[in-house]
Amino acid sequence: MATLPNQQEKLSLDTFLRGLWEENPVFVMLLGMCPVLAVTNSTMNAIAMGLATTFVLVASSTLISLIRKLIPKQVRIASYIVIIASFVTVVDYVIQAISLDLYNALGAFIQLIVANCVILGRAEAYASKQRLHTTFINSLGMGAGFTLALLALGTVREVLGNGTLLGLQVMPTNFEPWVVMILPPGGFFVLGAWLLLFAYVRRRRELRLLEQEGASGAA
Amino acid sequence: MQHESLSFIFLNAAVVNNFVLALFLGICPFLGVSSKKETAWNMGLATMFVMLVSSVSAYGINLLLTELDLMFLRLICYIAVIASAVQLVEMFIKKFSPTLLRSLGIFLPLITTNCAILGLALFQTAKEYDFLQSVVYALGAGVGFTLALMLMAGLREKLELADVPAVSQGAAMSLMLAGLLSLAFMGFAGLGGSHG
Repeated sequence: MATLPNQQEKLSLDTFLRGLWEENPVFVMLLGMCPVLAVTNSTMNAIAMGLATTFVLVASSTLISLIRKLIPKQVRIASYIVIIASFVTVVDYVIQAISLDLYNALGAFIQLIVANCVILGRAEAYASKQRLHTTFINSLGMGAGFTLALLALGTVREVLGNGTLLGLQVMPTNFEPWVVMILPPGGFFVLGAWLLLFAYVRRRRELRLLEQEGASGAA
Repeated sequence: MQHESLSFIFLNAAVVNNFVLALFLGICPFLGVSSKKETAWNMGLATMFVMLVSSVSAYGINLLLTELDLMFLRLICYIAVIASAVQLVEMFIKKFSPTLLRSLGIFLPLITTNCAILGLALFQTAKEYDFLQSVVYALGAGVGFTLALMLMAGLREKLELADVPAVSQGAAMSLMLAGLLSLAFMGFAGLGGSHG
C-alpha cells in the first residue's frame, strides 16, 4: 500500500490513477471477484454492474470519510456495512425503475454489491483515515478500475461467446460461437488469461529493470 | 416453487447449481483458503454453520418484515444478522480451538462479506421456500461450498509438486483450475433444475 496509516495523502493525479492500474482492485488486489465473474457474460451487464458498484463505492466512501471521526472504533465495520447496505438498496430500486430487463439480467448481484469486498476494503483501508476530497477522487479511481476490469472480461466473453458486442454482430456470420465463454467456466478462463497476461507484462518489466541495474553496475 | 421436494433442493444447491462453480458466489474464500485441505475443510464447516444460522434468521426476518410492510429494510437486516452470526462463530472457535482461529486468519471475519451467505438468504426469499426447505437449501449450499473448496485444495496440493511456468503460478493457475472444475460440474446440469 502506498499510503501509510494516519498520514493524510496529498491530492494528486496519482490518487485517481492508482485505482486504474497500480492498485487495480480486480487484477492486482483480487478483490470483488464474484460479480466480476458472474455478470460479465455480456458487455451491457458489465457496464451496468461497473457503474452501480462505482456509485456505491464513491457514495459510501465519501460518507464514511465525512463522519469518520464520529464512528467509534469498535463498531466501525458494522457501521460501514449498514452505510453500504443503504446505498445498495437505493441502487437496487433505481435500476428496477430504469430498466426491468437489466434488473432481471443482473439478478441478485445488485443486492450482493453489499458483500463486495472492494467497497468494505476501501472503507477500512482508505476512507476511514483520509480527508474528504482525496477519498472522493480515490474511490472514483477505484470504481473506474473496477469497471475497466468488468469491461475487459465482458467484451472478450461476449465477442467470443456470442459473436456480438453490445448486441451488434461483430464476428463474421460463419463464426461458430464458443458457447463455453458465456457459461460459468468461461468466466474463470478469461479472468485467468488476463491475470496471466498481466503477470507476464510485470515479469518482463522486472527482468528489464534487473538487466539495466546489472549493466549500470558493471559500468 | 413450493412443490420442490427436499432432496431436489439439496442436490440442486450442492451440485447442479453449485454456489461456487456455477453461480460464482464466495469466490474470495474459494481462492484464498484453498491451499491446504485441512484449512479448507474447517473453513467449509464454519461457512456451513453460518449459512444455517443466517438462513433460519433470514426466514424469520422476512416473515416479520412482510408483516410490517418494511421490505426495503430487508438487505440491511440480512447483512446485520450475518455479521452477528459470524461474530458468534468466531467466539465459539476462539474458545475451542485457537490454532484453528490462527489458520483461518482474516478469512473468518471476512465470512461476513462472503456473498454465498447473503446470496443464500436472498435466493431463498426469492424462491419463497418454507422453513424446512430453507434449512435444507442452506445445508445443500454449505455442502456444495465445502465440496468445491476441498476439490480445489486437493488439486492445489498436487499442483505444488508440478512444474508449471513461473509466470502462471498463483492466482492465474488457480483460476484455470477453477475453470476446469466448473466445466466438470456443468456435467451435472443434466440432473435438472434451472439457473438461479
